[in-house]
Amino acid sequence: MRPDLEVVAALVPPGARVLDLGCGDGQLLADLTARRGCTGTGVDSDPASLRAAIRRGVAVIELDLDTQLDEFADRSYDLVVVSQTLQAARHPDRVLAEIARIAGRGIVSVPNFGLWKHRAELALRGRMPVSAELPHPWYDTPNIHLATLADLEDLFAAQGLRIAERRLLDATGRAAGGWRSRGPANLMASGAVYLVDAG
Amino acid sequence: MPSPSTAAPQRVVLFTDDDPLLLDGGGRLDHVEVAYETWGTLAPDASNAVFVCHALTGDAHATGTPEAPGWWETMVGPGRPVDTERFFVICPNLLGGCRGTTGPASVDPATGSPYGLDFPLLTVRDFVTVHRRLARHLGIDRMLAVVGGSLGGMQALQWALDAPEEVARAVVVAGSSRLSAQNIAFSAVARSAIMRDPGFADGRYAEGDGPRTGLAIARMMAHITYLSEQAMAEKFGRRFQDADEPRHRFGVDFAVESYLEHQGQTFLDRFDALSYLYLSRSLDYFDCFAEPDATDALTAADDPTRFLVVSFDSDWRFATSHSRRIVRELERARVPVSFREVSAPHGHDSFLLDDDDYLGTVAAFLDQAAEQAAGQAGGKGAGRAS
Repeated sequence: MRPDLEVVAALVPPGARVLDLGCGDGQLLADLTARRGCTGTGVDSDPASLRAAIRRGVAVIELDLDTQLDEFADRSYDLVVVSQTLQAARHPDRVLAEIARIAGRGIVSVPNFGLWKHRAELALRGRMPVSAELPHPWYDTPNIHLATLADLEDLFAAQGLRIAERRLLDATGRAAGGWRSRGPANLMASGAVYLVDAG
Repeated sequence: MPSPSTAAPQRVVLFTDDDPLLLDGGGRLDHVEVAYETWGTLAPDASNAVFVCHALTGDAHATGTPEAPGWWETMVGPGRPVDTERFFVICPNLLGGCRGTTGPASVDPATGSPYGLDFPLLTVRDFVTVHRRLARHLGIDRMLAVVGGSLGGMQALQWALDAPEEVARAVVVAGSSRLSAQNIAFSAVARSAIMRDPGFADGRYAEGDGPRTGLAIARMMAHITYLSEQAMAEKFGRRFQDADEPRHRFGVDFAVESYLEHQGQTFLDRFDALSYLYLSRSLDYFDCFAEPDATDALTAADDPTRFLVVSFDSDWRFATSHSRRIVRELERARVPVSFREVSAPHGHDSFLLDDDDYLGTVAAFLDQAAEQAAGQAGGKGAGRAS
């Protein structure tokens, strides 16, 4: 499994009913089902990914994250996972609000636009960063809402979501230590995985 | 026990006066005979059975030979998603139908003459009750999958709701959990065309006779609802059938008129007006989530049915909103459900046609079902890891 998904999986309570928004080929849910006794559903809109998820036995629902999350009832899941997906949403704030409504608790995994490399690229070369973490050129990227960890943490607060856990990621997507305070973390981490709850 | 494949429909009497079919609406039928076909070989542990449910005007002949093709060749056959080389596939003609199974044109044992309109009204649950009896007759306690499109999908859904322990997987394509007012309106016009045809004679017409004009019109109109506007535009446009110039007369001039005329006329050779009334009426009343405990059996099941629900973006007969409602209800029951809205241009008829994304989705679902069944059987059985 992708290293960042390992970090996500470790934060999922055993037996939870999980809704995975932007589930891709269902890797995470298949793993959560097999190893942590979870149940749940994936959501995606890419036909090939949906077929691949179905082929592995993951229940997936095709819909548009930006407009159709109201298909899910209030508090119908224990946990919503939004892994490497929030930055591709048209309205990330609304997706976070849906986490609160559908489960009251979520795991959000994001790339960090505030990583020093990205800052240097922009500040010194005057170019939008293209890197292992953000491999797409600015004009052809699914990542239409890039944010720094500091930006995202402010949005969590504005949405009434409390950060229960934060795991920083290194460039390989593995958990990275150190940087306990927000400033250094926002500079040094390639990404982060948050466990948030609506209190 | 292994069963041989069959080339022609088999018939079996499933209900008798000692053991009548008690209908959902309160009536009973003392003699029910079912025509069905099977393909493939049933595994010794009966773990590889796939039940195919036909739609409004289908029959037991889901797949056949190039000379006598079935109605679902894209889905059923060797190497197709419902793979007859791996699965034991069963398809019966529906109760109330006219292709070998007891229906309104059958002889009422009480009177010695055809039932006509004395035949009781049927529900989708009645169809399922008969399917379940056929499964038992064939020695199958649990279907690996029940698969159907349109009315066929509604049967798959109802079966899973009524007896989830008998249905490991349900594939519901282009279906609905209840018809809209518009759907019912189209049904009403079709039935009016049939019943107001003088040839209908209160349903007491002779075999091969009857409301031929009304039935053809019903079919013509229904066929319009099976195609998308785009599909019709691409297939016919405003072309004329036999000329380069318009004739400016009534009668068939446009190609689309000729097509509908043909659909109406060929339908007369294979379908009975009374069956059309009974089967279409079962659709109108279908409302499988209406009862508050509709999903209780499903929720309580140890190993609940897993669903695949598929809609087509150009289908306006049972649009995606119909399938989304099924998904919401099943989600609410906390059972595993997958949903695809396949982009396909052909409207409701897309469920019968070749489309890689659609067929690939069903194949993925059934391949995984077979793999899981094989795993549960300790590597034996019908599953072929692929």
